[in-house]
Amino acid sequence: MRIQLRQICHARSGDKGDTANVGLIALKEEYYPVIRKYVTADRVKEHFGGIVAGRVERYELPNLCALNFLLHQALGGGGTKSLKNDAQGKTLSAALLRMEIDIIEEEVTI
Amino acid sequence: MKEKIRIASGQGFWGDLQTAPLDQVSKGPIDYIVMDFLAEVTMSILQKQKKRNPELGYAKDLIPLTEQILPICVAKDIKIITNGGGANPQACSEAILKYAQKRGIKGLKIGIVHGDDILDKMGELRGRGINLNNMDTGESIETIGHKILSANVYFGAAPIVEALLQGAHIVITGRTTDTGLTLAPMMYEFGWSENDWDKLASGTIAGHILECGGQASGGNFSADWRSVPDLAHIGFPIAEAYSNGDIVITKHDQSGGMVTVQTVKEQLLYEIGDPTRYVTPDVIADFTTINLEQESKDRVRMFGVKGKPATETYKVSMSYHEGYTAVGTLTFAWPDALEKARHADEVLRTRLRDAGLHLEAIHTEFLGLNSCHGPIAEMPNVVNEVVLRVGARSKSHADVERFGKEIAPLILTGPPGVTGFAGGRPKPSEVVSYWPALIPKSAVTPSVVIQQV
Repeated sequence: MRIQLRQICHARSGDKGDTANVGLIALKEEYYPVIRKYVTADRVKEHFGGIVAGRVERYELPNLCALNFLLHQALGGGGTKSLKNDAQGKTLSAALLRMEIDIIEEEVTI
Repeated sequence: MKEKIRIASGQGFWGDLQTAPLDQVSKGPIDYIVMDFLAEVTMSILQKQKKRNPELGYAKDLIPLTEQILPICVAKDIKIITNGGGANPQACSEAILKYAQKRGIKGLKIGIVHGDDILDKMGELRGRGINLNNMDTGESIETIGHKILSANVYFGAAPIVEALLQGAHIVITGRTTDTGLTLAPMMYEFGWSENDWDKLASGTIAGHILECGGQASGGNFSADWRSVPDLAHIGFPIAEAYSNGDIVITKHDQSGGMVTVQTVKEQLLYEIGDPTRYVTPDVIADFTTINLEQESKDRVRMFGVKGKPATETYKVSMSYHEGYTAVGTLTFAWPDALEKARHADEVLRTRLRDAGLHLEAIHTEFLGLNSCHGPIAEMPNVVNEVVLRVGARSKSHADVERFGKEIAPLILTGPPGVTGFAGGRPKPSEVVSYWPALIPKSAVTPSVVIQQV
């Protein structure tokens, strides 16, 4: 079964220089193992394609049912150097929520 | 000793909701109001203002905001803590004292935290073997040597606690961590020691929740934004701190917005790196130890937080000049709006090449289509209108200025159906880049001065 992350998560993103962070939070506790399993750093790097020039790091916060991603070299230089409309990566949270994952049907009830 | 205190967020950044501080001090009980004004490159702007006029260099907004709330704060014994002193906390304090005198307020004590500004001490520090190389990239400070615009040490809660101990009703700092503003009153009121790491971590995380104002109480909420009541009158968050380190995040009754486990989680995840190591001058907080519980409507309890000993260094935030940028926009209408915008972009780039400009980057986006999500965004079949947005960057002011002159001519010399150039030529703006470094805590000492009327 293919689902879009927005069906099971919410998210917030921000910037630190040229690195964006995206916090991905499971909407229900039972969704956390699913995102932990499928939303890997590699998959996220692939999803963002050309937007993220550098590497993607992932951290786990099981207590908040959340993952934190660092997207390096994602903001066109960051700060006042960036020429991007979204120089602070405020909308990259929603961009991650567009990602689709293929899961086993029994894994979630939406 | 008090068993609990209520600390209210009054501003999440310089330019935040103007009504928030007055709402916080008047709509319900609080003991402290904290206001964060400093983003990473703000200090460079303030340094420049101070150079031009020694009576400036602080967050000017702070004065009218303080004027609004000061009489109420005095009447209700609410203390104000802010880093809005920027590059000139002394002048900021004097401006507030002047107002207090005019209003006939007596016995007001302002604590000023000095010592964060090390711009004039760089040579001396280098002489002592302190190099201030870039902590992220390892680059030598020599590469930005003469281009440095500001250099400030991030102090934590300690100097604010000192000011409170000396009886300050208002504490004005320069470069202080946002989290220190909120942690300090807890340390002062509850007598927490400087190595009670778990409690310091809890207070620090409370500061992280408060530091972006309404973003913890329903603003920019992504889960179910339609469910947030009355955003027009959003209540900024309040941290109700207990002496055992528990924190309840809440807001005033009769205000808009909402405080739920989800709104708090989103703010917790905002602008963090490794969640097990949230490093401040006061403590290393571990976000993976946070427990949250919806206690009742608009009340979220945080408990069980663990911390680790603080490091031996302060972070130094430096800014330096790195050239200029300008951004121009033009609007293209149906039919074939996107195709026309793309063609105009090509024409512009050819003209820029012909002019022989030294532009290190030219960046094109189509607002309404792909400026946020780039190649991930699906393109619609019919585009009714689109905004072409082109930015350029160069070390040369003249070349960026010349780039700005190439936008308007496209209206009469490019594809048809163009409008939206009312703003005039894009002007070059300065690129101020950020240079983070570390400095041994022993190399700098904050000092506190009390002024009084």
